[in-house]
Amino acid sequence: MYVAVKGGEKAIENAHAWMAEERRGSPDVEELSLPQIREQLGLAVNRVMAEGSMYDPDLAALAIKQARGDLIEAIFLIRAYRTTLPRFGCSCPVNTADMACDRRISATFKDAPGGQVLGPTFDYTHRLLDFKLAADGDVPLAPEGVPRQEATPHIMQFLKGEDLIQDEPETDAAPGDLTREPMEFPTTRPLRLQSLTRGDEGFVLGMAYSTQRGYARNHAFVGELRIGTVAVEMDIPELGFSIEIGDIELTECETVNQFKGSKTEPPQFTRGYGLVFGQSERKAIAMALVDRALRWKELGEDDQGAPAQDEEFVLSHSDNIQATGFLEHIKLPHYVDFQSELELIRKLRREAQDLAKSKGAAE
Amino acid sequence: MEQEKTPHWDRQAWMGVLARAPEDALLALWAQYDARPAFDWLRPPEVGGVMVRGRTGARGAPFNLGEMTVTRCSLVLQDGTVGHAYVQGRSKAKAEAAAAIDALMQTAAAPRVTKSVIEPLAHQRQAARTARAAKAAATKVEFFTMVRGEDQ
Repeated sequence: MYVAVKGGEKAIENAHAWMAEERRGSPDVEELSLPQIREQLGLAVNRVMAEGSMYDPDLAALAIKQARGDLIEAIFLIRAYRTTLPRFGCSCPVNTADMACDRRISATFKDAPGGQVLGPTFDYTHRLLDFKLAADGDVPLAPEGVPRQEATPHIMQFLKGEDLIQDEPETDAAPGDLTREPMEFPTTRPLRLQSLTRGDEGFVLGMAYSTQRGYARNHAFVGELRIGTVAVEMDIPELGFSIEIGDIELTECETVNQFKGSKTEPPQFTRGYGLVFGQSERKAIAMALVDRALRWKELGEDDQGAPAQDEEFVLSHSDNIQATGFLEHIKLPHYVDFQSELELIRKLRREAQDLAKSKGAAE
Repeated sequence: MEQEKTPHWDRQAWMGVLARAPEDALLALWAQYDARPAFDWLRPPEVGGVMVRGRTGARGAPFNLGEMTVTRCSLVLQDGTVGHAYVQGRSKAKAEAAAAIDALMQTAAAPRVTKSVIEPLAHQRQAARTARAAKAAATKVEFFTMVRGEDQ
């Protein structure tokens, strides 16, 4: 018999009230403001923007506050908000060669034009807890040098001059958009990159790490990693020309990977590419490694059966909102489903017992 | 529409300055401007998203990177001049000010608006960029070669 049940409204209301109280924490402690989150938890804000797929630091800060610091919950809030916005259009592709770089390093060329600029990095810190931060104190201003006026050239172009690296042919083909049409497999590199840049950092990191450990190893060097600000330009129909509609911070990683060559072509380095909202360099490097691994077919490599070569596996499981939605729904009431399972198992046990009984009687 | 350009600023450039200006900075300068015009809405401020694109390998095929928030509006001054705004973020007040300024920049008021709003905003942005570039420059690695024992 199917019995529809209702109820729990009061319990839900009270649970949410308590959640709000817990979120606020002890009233003896000063409340966290959105500018504090935006300014002082910037890398969390960046992750929420990247995986929420919406560049707006104030909104990301609000989402982090509302989600009590649960970043996947915050990403969920941003994704939900995103769906309520009308789409005004698409930007021209950003020109990362014009980036105002805060950081720009290469693991392959020591003397790259523009130099190795470390920027505000955790690298070379000792990863020892700094108890000075537990007490409040003023931070001394960072030292200044002579600001670079000109744009910083991409390092990969120096390899390209000698034809040592595979070309990246420029096209203006309109890319597919997985927020508009569900992805179908096999897919295209632009769609893979869209999926990876909003993918879960932990998942993409794990996939990238698997390639380093030998599951479709592709010998990646970080040819260049740059973090900084680029202008976003868009064609405005009512004006008939394009304008810059904003500045965004991006992290870009280009990897140089092992060779491709054939009977007709001499060996060439190949490329992986990562581009992520905000200062998100772990994610950008991981994205570049996974991008490279997923290009095996196009580059004429063997299918090693490695997880990171399987685009359906990688792209279908990299979205933490899809994943958590499906995962967490199993905690919601499944009373009727479970009732039918109970009936089934009782029936099976009854049949087994009857069978055993009749066997015993026959002997 | 674009006959009355000021000598140094074309419309593309001033709209870019207005779009990227921090809301507080733009509204503060606009509040100090004493001849803010009356206008009618052609399109009241609306918050939306723009899909930002990148290119594979920085130079190849375009791909969709993610959206950014943008607010747009259009208005008309009493003399018929139309002002548009597409500005970063979700501030309707910022979009309104930007559209009004865009309209005024096409009128005889352009030199005054340039001096009191556009140039200060451009200057603030440049100063902020230069300050970051200066800090970045201080983190540039200076390599030096160690003298090797056998060379001595």
